[in-house]
Amino acid sequence: MAAEIGTGPSGKLHRRAVVRALLRDRGRLLVIGGLGAPAWDITDAGDAPENLPLWGGMGGAAMMGLGLALAQPSRPVLVVTGDGEMLMGVGALATIAVQRPANLSVVVLDNEHYGETGMQETHTRHGVDLAGMARAAGIPDSRLVTRAEEVQALREALHAGAGPLFAQVKVDEQSLPLVLPPREGAILQARFREAVLGPKAHLQ
Amino acid sequence: MLRPDEGGRMSSEQPGDATAWPDQIYDLLKEHGIRQVALVPDAGHARLIRRCLADNAMRVVPLTTEEEGIAMLFGAWLGGEKGVLLMQSSGVGNCINMLSVAIAHRTPCPMIVTMRGEFGEFNPFQVPMGQATPAVLEAMGTLVRRADRPEDVAPTVDATLRLAFNTYRPTATLIGQRVIGAKTFGK
Repeated sequence: MAAEIGTGPSGKLHRRAVVRALLRDRGRLLVIGGLGAPAWDITDAGDAPENLPLWGGMGGAAMMGLGLALAQPSRPVLVVTGDGEMLMGVGALATIAVQRPANLSVVVLDNEHYGETGMQETHTRHGVDLAGMARAAGIPDSRLVTRAEEVQALREALHAGAGPLFAQVKVDEQSLPLVLPPREGAILQARFREAVLGPKAHLQ
Repeated sequence: MLRPDEGGRMSSEQPGDATAWPDQIYDLLKEHGIRQVALVPDAGHARLIRRCLADNAMRVVPLTTEEEGIAMLFGAWLGGEKGVLLMQSSGVGNCINMLSVAIAHRTPCPMIVTMRGEFGEFNPFQVPMGQATPAVLEAMGTLVRRADRPEDVAPTVDATLRLAFNTYRPTATLIGQRVIGAKTFGK
């Protein structure tokens, strides 16, 4: 299975192959996608009500994952976001570490660039170690992922509920065709809530 | 002498009434089924924070910056839990862009804000954000109500919680500095 996770022109992991592998046979996994490429990536893997692709709120994805993970402790929650988005809200790593939600995983697809704004370099391009920052914040299982075999292990870990878990996945920087999810926020929120809570979601 | 978390009361008010508002807010949070309490501490909220921390049915989440709380309340609502954000007026400025998440998704997002920089303020740096707080919140689509007397706090917070969860939007109660008491730094 690991052989299916390909690489891009740079030889680094292909971001959409990584996300497809993480979301394959996803079971009860709830997914929040950070704005920009990660939102397109989770949509490329298959748009679903249990996905919340973000169109804004830069810096908030990991904290959205925390609120969701605390509200639904019996379901695995995955935040897939980018290095620029994570850097903007990096204090969330400390907040999450203190709360220790066992069902929350934060996976940063690190292409070392701001992909939506003209491929300007982010701090990770210059050596900033997000996985190291997460570990230092107090998330013991903080991984740097560069190989396909490690992606498979990450997939198993995020379903295991032994988190919190953080992973910095180095991915190829190539821009890919847009795969856009719905962008009406009220629909995205309502369909997600109905998928989690059933029809009573709309009567809360 | 005024103390930050209990001073500043009007002499004409009953002491019991004037100090009851933090407990009244706690009772309202219970009544409305609030499960997640996100906060950056403020002296004005100290008693309420202690009550929430003592409650095993509430998850108190201290934040590194207030915008984390806006994001967290959205996540909580996605999972079917109600939350509230407690902060000082200076923290409102940190929330501005993140409020677009609550507006665009139509997410209930109640905030209870203790005011600084307005009534007897000592610290010049509290004034700009304190004065801008209602304008900034309203500019981002938040329904804002003020409580400037202790007896107004509970009904205003109740209305703020109802407006948030019944009409799906960010709402805020601003608790005036006159209610909380100005921090005097010994002067």
